[in-house]
Amino acid sequence: MDTTAPRGLATKDIVYIALFAALTAALGLMPPIHFAGAALPPISAQSLGVMLAGAVLGSKRGGLALLLFIALVAVGLPLLSGGRGGFGVLIGTSGGFLLAWPLCAYIIGYLMEKDTAASPVKTGLYVAFGGIIVMYAAGIPWMAFIGKLGLSKSLTIMVAYIPGDLVKVVLATIIARGLRRAYPNL
Amino acid sequence: MLDLYSPGSSILHRLPPAPKMLAMMFGATLLFINQSLPVTIVATLVILVLYPIAQLTLKQAFAQVRPLLIIFVLFFVVQWYFSGLELAAYVVLRLAALILLASLVTLTTRSSDMIDTMTRGLRYLKPIGVNPEKVSLAISLALRFIPVLAQITREVREAQKVRGLERSVIAVAMPMAIRAIKMADDISDAIDSRGYRS
Repeated sequence: MDTTAPRGLATKDIVYIALFAALTAALGLMPPIHFAGAALPPISAQSLGVMLAGAVLGSKRGGLALLLFIALVAVGLPLLSGGRGGFGVLIGTSGGFLLAWPLCAYIIGYLMEKDTAASPVKTGLYVAFGGIIVMYAAGIPWMAFIGKLGLSKSLTIMVAYIPGDLVKVVLATIIARGLRRAYPNL
Repeated sequence: MLDLYSPGSSILHRLPPAPKMLAMMFGATLLFINQSLPVTIVATLVILVLYPIAQLTLKQAFAQVRPLLIIFVLFFVVQWYFSGLELAAYVVLRLAALILLASLVTLTTRSSDMIDTMTRGLRYLKPIGVNPEKVSLAISLALRFIPVLAQITREVREAQKVRGLERSVIAVAMPMAIRAIKMADDISDAIDSRGYRS
């Protein structure tokens, strides 16, 4: 980050925050990818936006980008995949995952800032930690709580999503590293 | 931009967003604290009665819970199997009631009104360093960027089709991301050169 101005965010930071909030929304427009037939649920590309925001923008801007996205969903814009939006989705069964997105992006960004010369594998591990482990750690207890399911039952439901999330981790790592190479002082 | 608003002139449409949101949060909390099935059934019926009052159809009400139908069935079956029919009905009904209640606010409030209320509310956060003008700028930019990003994706995909690469995710995503960042840099230069002081 070249913009450590004492007073808050520079214009460039605001534009980047808006860009990655919009990117997360635009990824929701893509039709969900079906793979492995009906054995696994279709994966939405949307959490790729979370991983990219953290890995490209860093902790503060990445977290704010997703906070902006969640705020836009809350006010009723149909920005989640499948054209969903509004408070209802945020307090529904998958609300924990969605509300954790700003934190996930922040944590990925934080890890990347701590280790600026991370190897591709390490970058992937950081993205996976924030984008899978942190997200599930928030989303699964929420689902268990709101549906009065046990933790282990909720966990079983979510296992089906892990392969799709791993694909997204690989994509996010490749794209983030490519962008960092193209724009070293993003 | 299209939102989920359903136009109308009912009392719920005319109510300002802030009290409506507060009432919704209060109702949702009560629904959550309550542990009895009969109360949940009554609450669901009351919420459903609010739909015609808000000039909404029951079809619209059903459309709110339809995306979650599979999850509802899954929850219901698991709960029924492990904890009995009553708990299964309570859990699924409470979830449906929560979503119907929250959707009532979304359906009767324009997103633009909600954004206005939100940014006005942000001035109370000024002491902790939140700048409402910057938040407004970020919101308008984000809304404008969504169709632009979709357009960039289309263009890159067409360009890669010529090379036979339109099915390669990286060959589309990488140039798209770089073009998006370049656009963002140009826009922030344009904003600054017009004297926007951040």
